Formats: sequence, structure tokens, C-alpha cells
Amino acid sequence: MTNLVVRGRTWKFGKNISTDLIMPGAILWGHVRGEGRKAAIMPNRPGWAASEVRPGDIIVADTNFGCGSSRPAPRILREELGVAAVVAESFSRLFQRNAVNIGFPVLICPGIVAAVEEGDEIEVNVDTGVVRNLTRGTEIRGEAYPPDSPPGQLLRMGGLRPFLERWLEEHPEVKAKREAARR
Amino acid sequence: MGMTMAEKILASRSGKSVVAPGEYVWAKVDGTGVFGPIPMMEELGIEQVYDTARVYAVDDHFAPSPTVERANAHKALKDFATKYGIENYFEYGRHGILHQVFPEHGYVSPGDLIVSVDSHSTSYGCFNAMGAPIMEELSFVVITGQLWMRVPPSIKFTLAGTLPAYCVGKDVMLKIAADYGTDVAVYKSVEFLGPVAAQLSLGSRFTMSNMGVEIGAKCAIFEADDKTYEFLEGRMKREPQPVSPDPDARYEAEYTVDCTNLEPMVALPHDPSNSHPVAAVESERLRVDQAFLGSCTNARVEDIAVAAKILQGRQVHPDVRMIVTPASSEVWHECARLGYWEVLSAAGAMITNPGCGACPGGHLGLLADQERCISSSNRNFQGRMGSPLAEVCLASPATVAASAIKGYIADPREFM
Repeated sequence: MTNLVVRGRTWKFGKNISTDLIMPGAILWGHVRGEGRKAAIMPNRPGWAASEVRPGDIIVADTNFGCGSSRPAPRILREELGVAAVVAESFSRLFQRNAVNIGFPVLICPGIVAAVEEGDEIEVNVDTGVVRNLTRGTEIRGEAYPPDSPPGQLLRMGGLRPFLERWLEEHPEVKAKREAARR
Repeated sequence: MGMTMAEKILASRSGKSVVAPGEYVWAKVDGTGVFGPIPMMEELGIEQVYDTARVYAVDDHFAPSPTVERANAHKALKDFATKYGIENYFEYGRHGILHQVFPEHGYVSPGDLIVSVDSHSTSYGCFNAMGAPIMEELSFVVITGQLWMRVPPSIKFTLAGTLPAYCVGKDVMLKIAADYGTDVAVYKSVEFLGPVAAQLSLGSRFTMSNMGVEIGAKCAIFEADDKTYEFLEGRMKREPQPVSPDPDARYEAEYTVDCTNLEPMVALPHDPSNSHPVAAVESERLRVDQAFLGSCTNARVEDIAVAAKILQGRQVHPDVRMIVTPASSEVWHECARLGYWEVLSAAGAMITNPGCGACPGGHLGLLADQERCISSSNRNFQGRMGSPLAEVCLASPATVAASAIKGYIADPREFM
């Protein structure tokens, strides 16, 4: 289960933050390892990944966050930096799908850039879509995932593995047909 | 109510007569590519892929393997293909960039829904198919043969006027990125229509569908015509089911791009939207260290032909290294047959083995700190092709060749 309500300190990023920034080729292709990995993340903001961002922090971004290549960029944010959620004006479709498939809360929230100053404490509720700015006492509503929609299910179940297992249970003919074919 | 091309394909593949934007559907997938083993199959006791004829395997990002780690990854892919009986595995020498190799072998027909790992899976739109990138959920597709999709809103780009002879699809796409921004199509179906869409070569359409993802698109579709079938005939594995938009199809937005006065374009760092006419930046004499003609965007026979024509009897500037990486083994072979390699190597360019080459910053031409590359590839994000302190500028093959000769970013028209 993914925790659908998270609170944290915010970091703000601009438009078109690409997966080449979040997960540079140097990391993806194994040219840097160990401590060098963190230093390579977000070269547009030197020092941020290595020493500024802390586990539990939340990224607030402008449009098209996570654009570009097909890379496990949501995993880098969550697993290497401990980022708790990303709220953006919009996401690259591929980044968004990759995020919900690992149960990483990402929320589209038009107006979020104006509603948050960097460092503000916010609470993100992916279930209702509501983002509360705890520092300023304001509230804004993003695009909640309908609970019965596939992305809503993926987020609630915690990612692809349980989602796929349930699908296989609901479609016993898939395994059965293949077993029959083998006989 | 009428439907757009994307809506028709999603309706057809989800067994519905009509679908509407925002709706979630379960769609049957016509094909997908794999690039490594899928551990979840063994973990869940799944012994077969959904269809051994519709799962394709090729290693394109590192061909041939530059390190033991990559060699082991390559072997793991091969072992996976063998174990699961994947019929379409491409060993080095018959390989190439997936988006080039798969259509060459007929795995894409008009009306298909193709989902594949790699953001440039939008490329299949040039064949009137819906191509959409995926990643984390590849195992789901390979096991079940289907995937949930959200029906995207569609937007229409009418490519109007007449495209000048010295411009190609790349110039049109960079112009669109400059004028409308790289987020204009986020999570939308882009549909290219109008007289210039028909005028464009299939290769130029490939470039534009490929770079659809650079403006955020889920898919970027052209209609099928004689040019589509000229390439696909004799290759296609499935009957085409072409789609065209209904006259009353609903488009969320419609844009008209007048191509008549288009000039060769170049995208300066670090975003494709930072595009300008080459003529407007030529006076800045932007020094070029590397000229890269490669990638799934522009490394087909027609792209290499343009460069060979420009470089015929000329020399690459002494300070420039020009690297030419054909998109596939078939392209490599055809360029050899047509004599392009002789022309380009005589001009001082380096011809490499087929594959993704330098584009994703893995091997075959990474950039050093403070270097600048003029590239026929698709994206110029910071750090894309090596050092985060390097710069990548995007342009057509003609502009890449002209810049290689002059040693700075240069308008190709004087050579054409």
C-alpha cells in the first residue's frame, strides 16, 4: 500500500525537467557509481541531490516534469533521494505512468507553482487531490485518481506487482490456457 | 460524434464502437519490444509470453557491447529470447535501433497499437499506427498482451502550404517546438494532417512522429498513403487497418503550421523549444566539435544521402569530428551499396556500426566538457550526450553536414 497522504518540505523546479537531469546517462549506463551517483543527479542544480534534499521532501514543479527518455527516474527520486511525492503543473505521460506503476505518489495540480514558495511545508493527498500549504494556510485541488481507475488502483495497491497478480487471479484462463497448450 | 485517429485505434483495440477522451480502456497490444529479461515472469511462474510472434528483442543502445557488464546484459537478453521462444531476436549485424528494425521487418501495420520501452515509440505513428512509450509496466504487456490506456485528448496540426526543397520534417518539428513549446501535447494524441503531411517523405514523417514525444505527445499519427505502403508492402506481417479522422472528429486544439516560408532550423541548448532559423544564428559562428548524424530520428538512407551529397568532393573541417551512425544494419548495407560510405569517409567522416550511437550518451561519441555537438538526433537536454557541461544542438542532416564542413553551425542552403 502506498501512503496516499504525505507531508513534507518543498523544493521547486521549473518547466521541462527531463529524465536526462533526474537520471543522467552517467548513472543509467553505470559510468558513475556509489557516492558519485548522487552528485550526478540534477546537474542543473549542483549540490541539491548530494546535500540539500532530505528524505520526506516533496518536489513542486512546473509543466512537463519528467520529460524525455524512458528511464526509471521515479525510482531515483524515491529510492536514492527519499523524495516523498512530486506535485507538478503537468507531467510527461511516461514519467507519470512509471511513477504510479511503482506506487510513487505524483499529482497533477494546475496552479501549484503559484501556490507554493520553496521551503513551504505542504500536505499532498493523492486520494482526494487536495494539496494543503501548511506554511501559508492555503489549499489547492489537483487531479485525483479515481479509485477504480487503473492508475488509482496501482497507487492504492503499491505498484505493478500486486496489480498484475490480481489481474492474473481475475483471468485464470491465461495460465490455464497456457498449461493446456503445454500438454 | 466522430473520432480522431487515436480514438479509432483505441476503440478498435478495446473492442468498443466508440471511446472518448479521459476514458480508461483495456486495449489489446499488437506488438512490443524487450531489451532484457523480465524477472517478474519467473517470480510469478509465467512460462510464456503472450505471443511469441509479437514480442521483439533487440539490443540497440550498446551495439556491440563496450563493457563486460553490457556484454552480460546482451547475453541475458539473448537467453531470455531463447528461453521464451521469442521468434524475432536480432543479433548484432542484423540489428539496429528498435524503431527502425521493427518496421523493416514488418512488425507495424496501419491501425496497430504498439507499446514499447523507449520514449521514441511514438515513431510508429508515421505508419498510421499508435505508438506509445511504456517502461515499468513492460512485464504486464509481455504477460497479458494488453494494457490500460487513458484515451487522450487529440490535437491537430495542419501542415499547410508547400515545404521548400531544402527543408525536411526535422525543420518542421523544431519550428513546432519553438512556436508551441515542448509541453503543447503533454498526454495528448498529435495528429498531423494537411498538404505538407502528404508532401513529406515517409522518412520525414518518421522524424516528426518520433519527435512527437519531444512536444509531450502520447502518440503522433499520420494518415497512411501510397508512400506508407510503398515501404510496408512485402514487409507487413498483419493486414493493415488504416484509420483517418472522421470529418466531425473532436480536437481539443487545432494549429496550422504554414511551411511555405520555413527555413532550416536549429535547436540550441538545452531544449528543443529553443529553436531558431539557422540563418539567424550563423553569424554567431557557434563552434562545432562534433557533428553527429545518427539516431532513430534522422539516420535513414535518405538522411545519409543528403549528407553524402553535401560532402561529395568536400572535407569535414579539420577541427571537427563527424560521426555517422546508421539506424540499422539494413540502412548500413544500403548506404554501402549506394556508395555513401565511400563519399563520407573520403570527406573525413567516421562511419560506425548501426545503433543508437552517441544520442543517449552511452557510447560511440560522448561529449567532453565544454564541447558542442550539432546533431541530427532528437533531444538536447543538458547532459544528454555525455558531459553535463557540453552542449547539443539539433538540426536536420543537411545542417549537420554543412556545419561539419564549416566548423560552426551553418545554413545548408549554400551547399544544396
